[in-house]
Parts: sequence; C-alpha cells; structure tokens
Amino acid sequence: MSKLKVATCSLAGCFGCHMSILDLDERLFTLVDLVEFDRSPITDVKQIGYCDVGIIEGGVANAENVHVLREFRAHCKILISMGACAITGGVPAMRNRFTLKECLEESYISGAGLVDAQIPNDPEIPLLLSQVHPIHEVVKIDYFLPGCPPSADAIWTFLTQLLSGQPIALSYTQLHYD
Amino acid sequence: MSGEPSFTLDDQPVPFQDGQTIMEAARVAGVYIPHLCFNPDFAPHGSCRVCLVKVNGRPQAACTTPAVAGQVVQSEIEELQEIRRGILEMMFVEGNHICPACEKSGACQLQAVAYYVGMLAPRFTYFYPQRTLDASHPDAVIDFNRCILCELCVRASRDIDGKNVFAVQNRGLKAHLVINTPSGKLGATTFSITDKAAQVCPTGAILIKNRGYETPIGRRLYDRQPVNVVGDVAQVPESEGGRRHE
Repeated sequence: MSKLKVATCSLAGCFGCHMSILDLDERLFTLVDLVEFDRSPITDVKQIGYCDVGIIEGGVANAENVHVLREFRAHCKILISMGACAITGGVPAMRNRFTLKECLEESYISGAGLVDAQIPNDPEIPLLLSQVHPIHEVVKIDYFLPGCPPSADAIWTFLTQLLSGQPIALSYTQLHYD
Repeated sequence: MSGEPSFTLDDQPVPFQDGQTIMEAARVAGVYIPHLCFNPDFAPHGSCRVCLVKVNGRPQAACTTPAVAGQVVQSEIEELQEIRRGILEMMFVEGNHICPACEKSGACQLQAVAYYVGMLAPRFTYFYPQRTLDASHPDAVIDFNRCILCELCVRASRDIDGKNVFAVQNRGLKAHLVINTPSGKLGATTFSITDKAAQVCPTGAILIKNRGYETPIGRRLYDRQPVNVVGDVAQVPESEGGRRHE
C-alpha cells in the first residue's frame, strides 16, 4: 500500500501545535512509516500537491491565510482543524474587540521607542482582515482536534484512529480546550 | 422500593418525595444530569437547557419538571447529548470563551460540561462580543463576554446576600448582565468576594482578583475526572480545588 500523503501548515498560529506534533518523539518514526509529508513547515515543499490529509494550525487573520487555506481545501481529501486558534480564532481573536486601525496604530504609530513610525504598506505584505476567524468559517472542515495545543497523546490517538479508519474517540484527559 | 414513589431514569428506579423535580430527585439519588443554571441552593431557572431529558418521550428541562410516579425519563442517550452539544456550542460562540487565556480554565463548569458531552468545536459563527471588562472593584473583576446568563449571581445577590447587585438588561440577543447601579460599575456597589454571588458563577465571568493560575495544570478541579464525578464548581470546597471563599 502506498503511503498516505499529509500536508500541514500554520496560518495565524504560534507553531505550538506543530511542536506538539514533534512531541510525538520516537512515535514520529512510526508515523513516517505510515505517511509521507507533502507541503509542511517540516519539509521544503513550496506548493501543496494532492493529499489525503491536511492539518491546519491557526486561525485566519490575513489575506494570505485565506489563500493558503483554500489551497489546502482544494488539495486535501480530509481537512483537519487543529488547536484552539483554528477552531475558535483563539488568543489572536482577542484583537477582535479592537478595530484593525487601533491595533496597527498601537503597534506601529504610538508604540514606545519607534523611529520613523509608519504602518507597513508594501504590497508584498498580506493585508490583515478586520477580524480573526476560525478556519471553518472559510472552508469546510472534516475533523476538529481541540487543545492549545492538543497534547502529543491526543494527536497520536487522533492520527492512528483516523489512519486505521476507526471512529475518533479521545479519552477524557485528551480532550481539552486549553 | 416499598411504598415510596419512583420514576425510572435511564432504566434505573429513582425514588422521590412529593414536590421534587426530576433534577432534585436525581441529585439526591446520586445520578448526574448535566446542568449549568441549576444550583441546589436556588429555585430552578430553566435558562441553560443543558439538563434537557426525555420525559415519557418528550424533551423537558429536568430542573423544572416535577417528578411523577412511573414516568420514564431518559438522559444519557446520544440524541440528547447531541442536543446538549448544540446548546453548549451556542453558548461558546455567543461569548469570548478563549479557554487558553482564561484563569478559570480547568475549574470552569461550562468547559467541564462541554467536555462531558464531548463537544469538539462550535459549528456556528462566532459573535465576538465587545463588552467592556469591569475591573472597578478592588477584589473582583467581571468579564461580561464570558457570561452565559444563568443568573445565579443575580439570584444569589438578591435572595441570599440581600444586595441586588446584578441584573439582566435588554431582550433577545442583546440581553446581558449589568451592575445594578447608576454608574454600572461593580466598584460602586457593596459587593464583597465573601458574598454568595461571588461564589456561584459557573464560568470565568466573575473572578477574584490576584488569584489566577494558582493551581498547577493536572491538579485543577476537572483535570482528571469529569464533572459527573467531581460535581458542580460552586459545590466543591476550596480544599478540593473548588470555588475559593474569600
């Protein structure tokens, strides 16, 4: 049997969910026997190919996040929303109580110790959205794995059950939102 | 089961006394029915709808439905757990329940009930309310974006503390908790953290200042065992990780 292809990415995430994947430790050797990684922060693949599973960390906070998320949806049979940010917007969504103007001016105009204060406006820089959103408000999601981050044990339970076609059943201590 | 009246709850006989609700009888019998706005020290409120059970096949709130001899009550069935998940998802999207940044996480009954019914993620669009935090009181802070309108603080302050500090204002989606003073500030009231009202909140809406993140992860109230084993946050003594008094 050919290996399943898996892609991962971080949108408005902190890479903590990916660190939690690395917390699988030696179970990573078992994992790479089962799957092959396509585009991911842990590979050098620049453009996502057709994959069986896509794992998304982080909410949607800027235009590039929307673009990458839609590409993942178009290329992955199964798309997984991993971690509090992808599921709820998470801590970055705490900026939703302020306007984007307030956030940018606080950081780039009125912040302490700034020299030549200005809001970055180069077209290379993706524009921020007015609010941070969970990813299921942008594309359809097939599975949710909560936690900030989910523990390696929860990720392992989830992935092994998913890859073997079993229903997903996390134990009590593996299901948490914090 | 001699002459004592009883009903069945998930096929188990539950005895009751005249005038008890299904929730009260189940509680005395040690059977857990998920709930948030119910607290045995207060009259039932019927707002959270999490205690929904099927009574003779019909959905009813266990906290407000009187126990009747011979009635057939179902609670731990997938159909009801699915409805409860939906109700909890509505509560989560209506507020800003960012558990990773909340001092109540791990000892929050809203979160614990969501774990109990297996909620993975809210399916609905987030409201992201923008209510202003009230930190005017020297000993307590209120984040109105975490309030689920159970009105336990309203009931406790009015009926037990005799202070009438809290109220709910407006209707429909605009309904929200307010402080019952002209300034609308908690600091302008006689509210004290020894009040009953300071100890009944099932979420992280009312917090005692300078007490956050004291319990190590793994030892918090609902870290190891679910809410049906541990009990309500307001009913568990501080020595066992429950609500702090003072």
